Amino acid sequence: MPDTQVLVNDFLNKLKKRKIEGSQATARQTAELLRSVISQQRVPYTNQAGALIDAVKAVGEQLIAANPVELAVGNIVRRVLHIIREEDLSLTTAAIGGLNLSAVSDDENDDDRDGDSTLSAAAVAAAARSTLRPPSLQTLLEDTPVSAAVPQTSSSGGDSEGKTADKSSRSRKLKHDVIEAVNELIQDIVTCHEQIAEQAVEHIHQNEVILTLGSSRTVLEFLFAAKEKKRSFRVFVAEGAPRYQGHLLAKELVARGLQTTLITDSAVFAMISRVNMVIVGAHAVMANGGVIAPVGMNLVALAAQKHAVPFVVLAGSHKLCPLYPHNPEVLLNELRSPSELLDFGEFSDCMDFGSGSGSPLLHVVNPAFDYVPPKLVSLFITDTGGHNPSYMYRLIADYYSADDLVVQRRATAGN
Amino acid sequence: MGAQKKRAAAAAAAARVSEDPDDLARQPLQAILLADSFTTKFRPITLERPKVLLPLVNVPMINYTLAWLEAAGVAEVFVFCCAHSKQVIDYLENSEWFSQPNFTVKTIESHNIISAGDALRLIYEQNVIHGDFVLISGDTVSNMSLTQALQEHKERKKKDNNAVMTMIIKKSKPSPITRQSRLGTDELFMAIDPNTKQLLYYEDKADHSKGTICLDKMLLAENPSISLHNDKQDCYIDICSPEVLSLFTDNFDYQHLRRHFVKGLLLDDIMGYKIFTHEIHSSYAARIDNYRSYDIVSKDIIQRWTYPYVPDVKFCGNRATKLERRGICFTAFNSEIEQSRSAQVGSFTVIGYGTKIGSNSKISDSVIGEGCTIGSNVLIEGSYIWDNVIIEDGCELRHVIVCDGVIMKAGAVLKPGVVLSFKVVIGERFVVPAYSKVSLLQQPTVHDSDEELEYADNSSGTVEFSSIQGTADQSNGEMTSESSEAHKPKLGTGGVGYIWSICEGGQEEEWRHSVAPIPEDKLTELSEAMDDDQELVTQDRTALSTSGELISDSNASEGDDNEDSKDDSVYFEKEVEATFLRAVEENVKVDHVILEVNSLRLSYNMTSADCAGAVFYSMMKLAIKTPHSSASELQQNTANIITTWQKLLKSYLLEIDEEIEIILKFEEMCLESAKEFSPLFARILHILYDKDILQEDAILRWADEKEGADESDKVFVRQSEKFIQWLREASEEED
Repeated sequence: MPDTQVLVNDFLNKLKKRKIEGSQATARQTAELLRSVISQQRVPYTNQAGALIDAVKAVGEQLIAANPVELAVGNIVRRVLHIIREEDLSLTTAAIGGLNLSAVSDDENDDDRDGDSTLSAAAVAAAARSTLRPPSLQTLLEDTPVSAAVPQTSSSGGDSEGKTADKSSRSRKLKHDVIEAVNELIQDIVTCHEQIAEQAVEHIHQNEVILTLGSSRTVLEFLFAAKEKKRSFRVFVAEGAPRYQGHLLAKELVARGLQTTLITDSAVFAMISRVNMVIVGAHAVMANGGVIAPVGMNLVALAAQKHAVPFVVLAGSHKLCPLYPHNPEVLLNELRSPSELLDFGEFSDCMDFGSGSGSPLLHVVNPAFDYVPPKLVSLFITDTGGHNPSYMYRLIADYYSADDLVVQRRATAGN
Repeated sequence: MGAQKKRAAAAAAAARVSEDPDDLARQPLQAILLADSFTTKFRPITLERPKVLLPLVNVPMINYTLAWLEAAGVAEVFVFCCAHSKQVIDYLENSEWFSQPNFTVKTIESHNIISAGDALRLIYEQNVIHGDFVLISGDTVSNMSLTQALQEHKERKKKDNNAVMTMIIKKSKPSPITRQSRLGTDELFMAIDPNTKQLLYYEDKADHSKGTICLDKMLLAENPSISLHNDKQDCYIDICSPEVLSLFTDNFDYQHLRRHFVKGLLLDDIMGYKIFTHEIHSSYAARIDNYRSYDIVSKDIIQRWTYPYVPDVKFCGNRATKLERRGICFTAFNSEIEQSRSAQVGSFTVIGYGTKIGSNSKISDSVIGEGCTIGSNVLIEGSYIWDNVIIEDGCELRHVIVCDGVIMKAGAVLKPGVVLSFKVVIGERFVVPAYSKVSLLQQPTVHDSDEELEYADNSSGTVEFSSIQGTADQSNGEMTSESSEAHKPKLGTGGVGYIWSICEGGQEEEWRHSVAPIPEDKLTELSEAMDDDQELVTQDRTALSTSGELISDSNASEGDDNEDSKDDSVYFEKEVEATFLRAVEENVKVDHVILEVNSLRLSYNMTSADCAGAVFYSMMKLAIKTPHSSASELQQNTANIITTWQKLLKSYLLEIDEEIEIILKFEEMCLESAKEFSPLFARILHILYDKDILQEDAILRWADEKEGADESDKVFVRQSEKFIQWLREASEEED
């Protein structure tokens, strides 16, 4: 599949050079790329799910390494893996409807899954559902027959003849279903702003004062949606140094006729007592409900807590990251160019390394993100509704499989 | 290419305005990357490996340049390889640059080229550059966006075909004490027109001893305002029009891009080519020209000014590195290093893949390459250690560069400024003296470097042959006994390599360009010297040391100037008249007269408007001198002379300004020297118009200009009122 390789390389390049801005765009493009990877992938008769998972993992690993700071890439890769597992599982359950399923897939699978060698891919997925993963509400309510069926699968090894016709149709079906589901995922990503914005009226009330920091498309749409529903309210925009995207946000808000006040980041504490609600966007939401957000957010969150102002974070579900902030894979921050802070020319004499000890006396550090701990967040609004920070892990359990948390193929996986 | 050029020109002429945005997008941007600096500043390292492949924070320099070119939207890069071309080409072939989509890298190889000028001439012959291109050398690090500079360049080019080059500059203050920029290059003086951003003056070899620089007075006369900068750094990134290549071919003596080409264009006002500048503010650009800039740019990269070209971003197949917090600052680490618990790695340090660090070693502000082995109790400070270096226990390295495969035996010490070239072995407890360069290869004799002489610094030419002892005596005396002894190939017990004598760069200049920071005593010495100077010079010399803008006080300076140039122009007019009369008498061909007047023009430094005025003046003088009885006869004579010599006059009437100049001249004559013409003014104006010497635009503009003048000035306008009226109606009809 040379053409997917080209696509992958192209996307890798863009990621490496930080050419794609914004989680949503990254997430969408990642999903689209993975969709084409899946559709190009030739599926063997046996262990189709395993082959797809391996292919997606191979690409996903590269993508994640290309820009470890953009967590949305990893999220989407994991979502797609989860989709494959789910679809495979539902097909398996359907096939089991009769009784014994061929366990041909077992043999191939054992090589790369040395840990749980007796289980087929389907069984692993099923086991993941029932044991490794905290039971989500959905599982508890809907999936009782599955967990009942699983033991059957693993015990039915041996009878492996004459199911090929059924198999090939199944493989086509699997791929088809997976692509369908990925399309849905892409659709979700594309429409997440609207989904979130729909809930705006429930949260913004008449004559309220809303504070936000920097600029986020989600926040913008959210505020517009409330405005369109004839809510009248004021917005305080903290400018979001050093990139000052708050200026752009203020401009757009004014263009839509919203009463806007622009303040410096450092004035947040002074203004917070007049604010009814803080609504901000996020870079990523971690499994513990902590938020990785543009720098300065922690300050706002602390100020909000001090004055008991609700701190609401808007995040599309592609920003939900199944990792914890202490995970070694998570690079929490990106240090950007100091030129955003100060003019190189003006300060060039402070950075003359040619005299004195040879090490500069002036250091400029420009981190892009802040970590806001979950206890400072009052509410998350995602495209599926409002959630408490402590509920995040459950939401994540709905979206991701536990075995995908570390997207790394084992050394033996490449045959 | 001829055809293409024609087509481009035709297209441009046909649709000047409408197609612009398309034009920008349609033509893929090309770049010429010179993978050779044509200097010897990085010797002895560059004897074995080309400069562009030297690692800069563990990535070969050329990758920074190529990565930037690709990100800036360049579609095609011609890498010109000269010295060690095989290594460069091999490297590129094995790299990922040849397999990029939308970005092609082509190599051009030549071995007998000794300057940038020759390289560009060769590229011109190959006919590969079809439009505007970026000229850059392979040792430039930047993250700027080209879009704006390119746009400006194209717009200027459209308006003025002579705007052939846009030079990228960046603000960077030079040190007032050492008179050099932070990159270790000499202080650069530039005069720039603050409105048009045209570069008017470029001097990087100013004589600091006098504390003055000399500007051509014409600069002040011709430009309403000039700002003179000493705080701009030349980034050596140029956006050039294709004419630049042909200019190099026409002027076969242009060698150096700045010293010959830029200065040549600035001095040469015959062709009228112009260079403009584009200043970048928030982005970074710098060229690595010497060891000091290597040090500074490395530190800038580690401090992330070059973001996204920083160690922890994989911009070109470099290995993944991770930032770790050290104290308040960050250190880039590779995941695969072995570090002893007691080793202390300080801030702003990059450590490469597979390096081992022993116990109690201290490392700070340094870059360490891949696969190095560092023993225990080693001290490394501000140093650049490349790949696979072995440093045994107890060594000390301060502000040095250590190339691949070097072995330092236990207890060896490198003093600041030392450069160890490839695979050198330093013996046990040997102390390498400051600023020395050690290589396995013997220093080439001075005769070998003949071809570089013209590139070597002016300063180096003078001390070329002095022996090491001689130079050492002159200056700081650090090097006396040690270095002469070390001149023997021995580098301690078990040492392998030769210490080069430092005659090439001039030893007293060595501290300027070295990796080591300038020693304290040197700074105090210099600042004391400067204080002495200051006392001598009176206090009103202010402009130079600060970054002040020097806008010429137009009244004062121009007044001065006018007096000078008045003398000149009187002489010039006389000469032209004499030439003209001689031509009439001896029946010289018009072409020859043009040549002669041209040479006069050059020697008196006149504009073509002056020439037109002078030629016209002489023609009118001739008409008056020809015997005549009546006004109509005079008019007839004038008409005859104008008809005969119209070709001569026309050759100076390039623009409307010159035509207006003629009318003004004529007016002046009628008032002063040749009053006989005054009744005929309108008629002669008509003759000039009929002969196509004056265009109606010029006449109308002249009339408009006179509108607001005094009554006495308007005599002639009123006299020719009818004619002007007629012209106006005619032009309206045309509309």
